[in-house]
Amino acid sequence: MTDLSMREAYGRALAEYGETNQRLVALDVDTSASTLSKFFAERFPDCFFNIGIAEPCMVDVAVGLALGGFLPFINGFASILSLRALEQIRTCVCYAQTNVKIAAGYAGVSDFKDGATHYSISDLANVRALPNMTVIVPADAAEAAAWVPLIAEYDGPVYLRLSRAGALPVYQSGAKLEIGKGRLLRSGDDLTLVATGTMVGRCFVAAEKLSAIGIDARLLEVHTLKPLDRELLISAAEETGAVVTAEEHNIIGGLGSAVAEALAETVPIPIERVGIPDRFCVTGRDLDKLMDHSGLSVENIIAAAMRVMERKR
Amino acid sequence: MSALTLEKTFELEEIARCLRVDSLKLIYNRGAGHPGGALSAAEIMSVLYFHVLQIDPSRPEWKERDRFILSKGHASAVYYAALTRRGFFPRSELDTWGELDCPHQGHPDRFKTPGVDMTSGLLGHGVAIGVGLGLSARLNKMSYRTYVLLGDGECQGGIVWEGAMAASKFRLANLTVIIDYNNVQLDGPVSAVMPLEPLADKWAACGWHVVEVNGHSVQAVAEALDLAHQIHDRPTAVLAYTTKGRGVSFMENQSYWHGNVPNTEQFKQALIELGEVEND
Repeated sequence: MTDLSMREAYGRALAEYGETNQRLVALDVDTSASTLSKFFAERFPDCFFNIGIAEPCMVDVAVGLALGGFLPFINGFASILSLRALEQIRTCVCYAQTNVKIAAGYAGVSDFKDGATHYSISDLANVRALPNMTVIVPADAAEAAAWVPLIAEYDGPVYLRLSRAGALPVYQSGAKLEIGKGRLLRSGDDLTLVATGTMVGRCFVAAEKLSAIGIDARLLEVHTLKPLDRELLISAAEETGAVVTAEEHNIIGGLGSAVAEALAETVPIPIERVGIPDRFCVTGRDLDKLMDHSGLSVENIIAAAMRVMERKR
Repeated sequence: MSALTLEKTFELEEIARCLRVDSLKLIYNRGAGHPGGALSAAEIMSVLYFHVLQIDPSRPEWKERDRFILSKGHASAVYYAALTRRGFFPRSELDTWGELDCPHQGHPDRFKTPGVDMTSGLLGHGVAIGVGLGLSARLNKMSYRTYVLLGDGECQGGIVWEGAMAASKFRLANLTVIIDYNNVQLDGPVSAVMPLEPLADKWAACGWHVVEVNGHSVQAVAEALDLAHQIHDRPTAVLAYTTKGRGVSFMENQSYWHGNVPNTEQFKQALIELGEVEND
């Protein structure tokens, strides 16, 4: 992990972006000291609205601000936004096509001290199934910051999934990011690791270990779960013949499902999915160990790679 | 605004009658819709669309316009009736209401029906969205006002009160909510399904200026909305006491008519009661 957390990088980037865009407003639900939307709030107090602990209300207030010509970023915990406020997001943001950006913090199991109520392990499934929604999952702190101006300048609903913590660094500042275009992070021809969010860094480590035993893994970062970069996935499937997906999310409905859907219809090769094995996770003292405990370890990735290589033969 | 002239009063009453007739025709022709809550809101919609709202049908996107949200989106028939009568789109577009190729949806869609400021359908959104519009007007230093029409049963949902607290916190005097308090919902009387009383006290306790009026008196509704203009530190809630199915004897106060469609005989009877003579 790096010292800089994804939430801090995001929070600082949002405040920075506020200097360049007068239409930007931010909302929070009594979590600005956690999501770190407080950096924006401190700099632009007149453009920041604390709605109290009422996520559905925050979504709808943001919708009204969008209708009034503003660019609202809403901030809160992914677990509540994607569940309690999902109807507001579905009806008033996605269906009504309002330009609301949802910064969903504390995603996955990153709030490791608080446990399963606070973890968000089904949010990608929930929001991915909504028409008109764009779903972005940064891999590390630097990438989280880089997405802020990009999603702000994109016209339409965006769900930006943020970890409370940092992640193994994979993004070089200034590297090209484009909504809907995955990134090739490592070349390889034996199989393809397809990762999103905090699992990208772990897949890098797994790829190096695989290399040491003679398996040459390609690594793709799919930061945009929707719209999915099908072309990149199809070419990787054709060229390597096997895919392992990895995400800090339930095994159901997230990246693994999206990739399997795309490839089953095009290049039906063996796929293995690494994710939380459809169970509620426990509280931990340390995020790295909790992730390992939750089925997201480097060893889990390597084991999946070995399985998929076996199936490929 | 000032008190209605006698002439204006008669005009708004006649428009309310026409909105009832139009609503029933739309619902009957479509074979679907919600007559009870359309009929109860006819005077409210008449006063809003033909007296209060600063709008321009030739410029539905005019930035300075007053905003209106039909939070009780199932009353779309009376909304569409008002919008066509006000000139936002030709009434003929509604001849195929319910058909796949008709742009106008079962519930209001802001991209498909000119004059609709916000898509609605599932209940509960209007107040909080109104808060966002009210904040927008303030940030933009614009003088437009936002009006939200709620159903009474809708007030059983918690998000209405989340929005009510937020409007109060931000002292949004440019926001006015009207509650169509007909005391009947899908499953029966509101007071039996989930009592709301004391509803006026609840809005007041949330920090709102509250006015209680006869929702079938165009004068009373107009005066209440006028009064809201004179309150500068709080949002206003107008509790408009109405009758579900107003104007059609067999529909009045009957939960059956929340979402059912009259048959041909009932439809003809309803038109007669509403003073509409069929030419055939």
